[in-house]
Amino acid sequence: MPKPASTERQQSGAEGIRDALDIALEKNTSVFLIGEGVADPKGIFGTTTGLIDKYGPQRVVETPIAENGFTGVAIGAAMMGQRPVVIHQRVEFALLAMEQIVNNAAKTHYVSDGAHSLPLVVRLVVGRGWGQGPLHSQSLETLFGYVPGLKVLMPATADDCKGMLLSAIEDNNPVIFLEHRWVHYVQGRVPTGYHLSPIDGPKRLWRGEKVTVVSSSYMTLEAIQAARALSEEGCEIDLFDLRVLRPLKLDDVIESVRRTGRLLVVDTGWKILGPGAEIVAQVVEGCFEALKAPPQRLGLPDHPTPSSKSLAAAFYVRAEDIAIAAGALAELSRGSIERAASKLSAERQSHPIDVPHPSFQGPF
Amino acid sequence: MNTTQRFEAYRAMLRIRRVEETIADRYSEQEMRCPVHLSIGQEAAAVGACAPLRKQDVIVSNHRSHSHYLAKGGALKSMIAEIYGRASGCCGGRGGSMHLFDNEAGVLASVPIVASTIPLAVGAAMAFQQRGQDSLSVAFLGDGATEEGVFHESLNLASLHRLPVVFFVENNLYSVYTPLRERQPDRDIANYALAHSLPCESVDGNDVDLVEAAMKKAADRARAGDGPTLLVADTYRWLEHCGPNFDNDLGYRTEEEYLQWRERCPIDLYRSRLAEGGIIDADQDRLLEKSIQSEILEAFDLAKASPFPDPLTVSQNVYA
Repeated sequence: MPKPASTERQQSGAEGIRDALDIALEKNTSVFLIGEGVADPKGIFGTTTGLIDKYGPQRVVETPIAENGFTGVAIGAAMMGQRPVVIHQRVEFALLAMEQIVNNAAKTHYVSDGAHSLPLVVRLVVGRGWGQGPLHSQSLETLFGYVPGLKVLMPATADDCKGMLLSAIEDNNPVIFLEHRWVHYVQGRVPTGYHLSPIDGPKRLWRGEKVTVVSSSYMTLEAIQAARALSEEGCEIDLFDLRVLRPLKLDDVIESVRRTGRLLVVDTGWKILGPGAEIVAQVVEGCFEALKAPPQRLGLPDHPTPSSKSLAAAFYVRAEDIAIAAGALAELSRGSIERAASKLSAERQSHPIDVPHPSFQGPF
Repeated sequence: MNTTQRFEAYRAMLRIRRVEETIADRYSEQEMRCPVHLSIGQEAAAVGACAPLRKQDVIVSNHRSHSHYLAKGGALKSMIAEIYGRASGCCGGRGGSMHLFDNEAGVLASVPIVASTIPLAVGAAMAFQQRGQDSLSVAFLGDGATEEGVFHESLNLASLHRLPVVFFVENNLYSVYTPLRERQPDRDIANYALAHSLPCESVDGNDVDLVEAAMKKAADRARAGDGPTLLVADTYRWLEHCGPNFDNDLGYRTEEEYLQWRERCPIDLYRSRLAEGGIIDADQDRLLEKSIQSEILEAFDLAKASPFPDPLTVSQNVYA
């Protein structure tokens, strides 16, 4: 729904995140940021730059290299009613803090039978590209999505980067906010001021009747390219950006599959045991009778991320892979599928595989 | 402590002892269907540590939480009901013995993962500092927890930010069955504080006067904005790590060692001292025993008569 231009501005995902943090810190003195590098000159890929000067070291808390420690500190502060935003510059660093996240953050509300709430946000950055290799580019949403008590968000647009982060900070639950590094670059029109995107479930980004596609995070940006290319071949897909992995709410997706009879899920992380597996399972449980073809899954192959660009070339799912899979599900003619895929390949050709695609300019 | 405070400290220790003994006595009835880590022998540490605290100060406890919870003023009835798995328990039956908390009394949380509680206390201290309050938090931990990385992460961070927190180590010499000497080189646990540049003190953990005095100094320092302190109280758990029984027959510690500590029972020691000082006599002690026993009986009777939580509520409160 278009909003008046005067209340929007063009922003990147990273700028949207910084904007959200600035607004939240300004609005509520209980909010504070804590993490390695939050106060440094680079400011977590530009998402916290300058906030230390505006709010001081008690509210932009630079930390020792102690991921489990400072995550636990944030949880303790949240139990006391503060509203911390924890930042880990890579998901992998947060693995050191899994004990605190899974044992304390996720259980506090339940075990106290509702007496305690835990208004905590944990920002985690998913890396990709430039040879970052196996330990700087894992998309580990499944690990967090598995745990009741956590909310898990995966924004794909600049609008959601800002709006979902502000909603996460307002939420009285522990929220894992998974930011794909390449979503930091995505451009879009973003409402100015205190803009909340509800954390209520998937959002339809493309409307169609041929096949239902559910993607998340950066893969949504690839899926949109595929939707465009397929549209030019007369095949409209019903594309959902997952946005919220937990609590998983698939009513709209199931309703869509009832119409299309076909489902493709596209994971940002590994295919095996990824969110797509759960989505397929719930859709099959929910509308088995409507399915006209076996649901299909795309995701990363079953091995770690390699560093060299020659090894990484075939690793990630690309828009053309999505177009081919969705086109086949939709029983599009072979010629149309090939045209769509080769168009996407041609657009990508001039562009290195290990940096974000320049076409992602939004608005989405 | 003045005379009244010392009498109260005695009463608090005796009450914890009798509660724990009653749990042990009745455990075989199998109506308390959760693990219990009893603190018999360690009462002076808990009571001395909590004596200088105010209601708005918070503590965070571990798996052996009963003594800390009661010493800080946690409600006995809610604790017993929780151990019995009843709806009126402090966690509504969701936590059991190892998750005691009481917001009114400043028992923020108990967590049965070794050392997991320590950063929570540091976080509570950070909240106090951010709000400009002169309260403090206390992390109760055992000797085993000092071997965990997050213990050191927490000390470093608290020291760096001069946070109002006291790290209170109850060194009872054993992590389950493994003695300290098999887990750490021969050194004073309090010396960890030197590495993280914070003050420390070791005290006889079975002498409630000494524990209270050390804690008072640490609490004053925290309130004054002078940062955290590490306290180490040497003490001894009489019963098995988890459960109602004596287990010296297993051979992981000697009967002789146990008897030496038992000679130094914190409650007997204090009773004698207070009697010598004319603060308590045999009649007063009998009256005290009687009132404690009747309070405990009432709590147990109430718990057993209380309803279990409604199974239909089991999936509630996953999210706020």
